[in-house]
Amino acid sequence: MNIVVLVKQVPDTWAERKLDATDKTLDRASVDVVMNEIDEYAVEEALRIQADQGGEVTIVSMAPDRGVETIRKALSMGADKAVHLSDPALHGSDAVQTSYALAKVLGTLEYDLVIAGSEATDSRMAIMTPLLAERLGQPQLSGARKVTVDGGTVRIERQTDNGYDVVEASTPAIVSVVEKINEPRYPSFKGIMAAKKKPLTTLTLADAGIEADRVGLASAPSQVVEFSNKPPRQAGQIVKDEGDGGVKVAEYLASQKLV
Amino acid sequence: MRFTAEHHAFRKVVRDVVEREIVPHVDQWERDGIFPAHELFPKLGEVGLLGLEYDPKWGGQGADHLFTVVACEEIARSGCGGVPMAIGVQTSMATPSLHEFGSDMLKERYLAPAIAGTMVTSIAVTEAGAGSDVRSLRTKAVRDGDEWVINGSKLYITNGTQADWICLLARTSEEGGYRGMSQILVPTDTPGFSVSRKLDKLGQRSSDTAELVFQDMRVPVDHTIGEIGRGFQQQMSQFVIERMFAAYGAVGSCRRALERTRDYLKQREAFGQPLMANQHIAYSMAELSAEIDLLQSHNYACAEAHMNGEDTTRYATVAKLTSGRLTRKVADLCMQYHGGIGYMEETWTSRYFRDSRLGSIGGGADEVMLQVLAKLDGFTA
Ligand SMILES: Cc1cc2nc3c(=O)[nH]c(=O)nc-3n(C[C@H](O)[C@H](O)[C@H](O)COP(=O)(O)OP(=O)(O)OC[C@H]3O[C@@H](n4cnc5c(N)ncnc54)[C@H](O)[C@@H]3O)c2cc1C
Repeated sequence: MNIVVLVKQVPDTWAERKLDATDKTLDRASVDVVMNEIDEYAVEEALRIQADQGGEVTIVSMAPDRGVETIRKALSMGADKAVHLSDPALHGSDAVQTSYALAKVLGTLEYDLVIAGSEATDSRMAIMTPLLAERLGQPQLSGARKVTVDGGTVRIERQTDNGYDVVEASTPAIVSVVEKINEPRYPSFKGIMAAKKKPLTTLTLADAGIEADRVGLASAPSQVVEFSNKPPRQAGQIVKDEGDGGVKVAEYLASQKLV
Repeated sequence: MRFTAEHHAFRKVVRDVVEREIVPHVDQWERDGIFPAHELFPKLGEVGLLGLEYDPKWGGQGADHLFTVVACEEIARSGCGGVPMAIGVQTSMATPSLHEFGSDMLKERYLAPAIAGTMVTSIAVTEAGAGSDVRSLRTKAVRDGDEWVINGSKLYITNGTQADWICLLARTSEEGGYRGMSQILVPTDTPGFSVSRKLDKLGQRSSDTAELVFQDMRVPVDHTIGEIGRGFQQQMSQFVIERMFAAYGAVGSCRRALERTRDYLKQREAFGQPLMANQHIAYSMAELSAEIDLLQSHNYACAEAHMNGEDTTRYATVAKLTSGRLTRKVADLCMQYHGGIGYMEETWTSRYFRDSRLGSIGGGADEVMLQVLAKLDGFTA
């Protein structure tokens, strides 16, 4: 069972995240970056399946040079090797273009399963796995809180609002996972040292056979036209309880159409 | 210093472990007067934190000393002094002698589980009548065939109520003074071992501190760590490792305290502006920040000397003295600039203030550091 895990480097969720005023893309340079949190669960799930079924776990990430840090983290958790798609021409690519580029990279690899986090904390679009499934013509199983692999069949429990659905597909398939699925391990000291020696291939657009005019800000199908900061939070309304506090709270909730 | 990408990656892991496995539980553990070492330590062991520099043969990581520096700086950011101190006992106070001088039998049975975190350890030196003056200790081990028969008691023993074994310093001859002491590894399930009291204390409340009593406690002589009669000397070098741990950690805890105070002062307003706009406050913060830098530079010089195989007694003594004093200054200033809310139990500063006081007393008081230094530098009559 060979598994590819898609990993994204994102600005630290706790940091103040900004768009760059000049080209309206995410400012990645001025903030601390981390592995997208749900991707840690994706890596963990791949490692657990591997422990059970053997095979190799390959990390794939499209990121600027600095992305190496995040890739190394995935390797230090225990993945075997990594492919880093890194090219200045990718800057500003939107989700549609990214899926094209990642599909190209996946096309160079042999796998039974692609596992990804269900969404990234920076863009929050939750759209990468469906886009990839469409481009690759492979089934996607999204929102998995449990994954079982049985020969050429992969089965998931898809988290729903009031329970779960069981969904099944034949491999190769693309799976996205949610945080309920497992408890990701910490990279250990030994893992960190071992990661240093694991194969990491860096691909440019040309290496991956990606057409330059189909990626990057200039040709992006979606454009950010304008952005503004969130307005500062308004001071709340304080209700003083003079015996009628409950009524006032109920009135407020009704006025906001919350009850 | 020669910090590599791997040291930085490890720092991030330790920070994550601290933020997820320790920080969220500290309030509860402080209330309980103890933290669950047998739950926490295996998690630390899995990451490799409990045997960084130890031989891989016993489950250690074979890491260079800078990984220890990184680990100490980060563990100290736990939001309390108690848990880092307890971890320090495990990594840097109770096990170094065993690793350096212990037999393979002892290492296999006691060091490997300590590195894995499945066994919890204590260092037992201090007695009611012997703290700073280690030479006055009276706990006695008398040889009877292949066994030591041990009688006596130890005071202020960290992890004492939950330890699986202790590294005991006891008299094994009548020579007196610093002669004729030995380090003996005592499993706490040995008949005659008892915890007579769990002590209540000002700070480090999440760490259990105990008084231990030994009554005709029989331990095999092969549980002696290193050479019989060299216990005092072995303990003195174990103290050097302990002092390095304390000083490395102080940088992390002081730095974090200043950061938290800075964040508070930026949003707390008085006289129509944030307190941080007050130059008196800003400069005194900057001054302490500079002192933390100096301690860190000194620590790194100490670490480098240690890595070059040099004797770091002088470095560690200066570092321990400086770190104890600096931590008190930082805690006092953080309390001061928080004002009333800083004095409230709900604010982190009150715990930090309590915990900060130990550094100048435990592990060799400031005056004992000065005594060592005065001797080293020939300030003697
Ligand atoms: C929370 C806590 C945890 C501890 N954990 C452990 C542990 O795990 N294992 C262990 O063995 N011990 C432990 N200790 C004991 C600690 O190491 C001793 O308290 C310390 O060494 C001081 O000894 P003492 O308390 O007997 O003070 P004393 O020796 O009575 O000294 C009292 C004071 O006198 C002054 N003084 C001492 N000597 C000199 C001198 N030569 N010149 C000038 N002034 C001097 C100092 O100011 C000192 O603080 C712990 C203590 C505490 C409080």
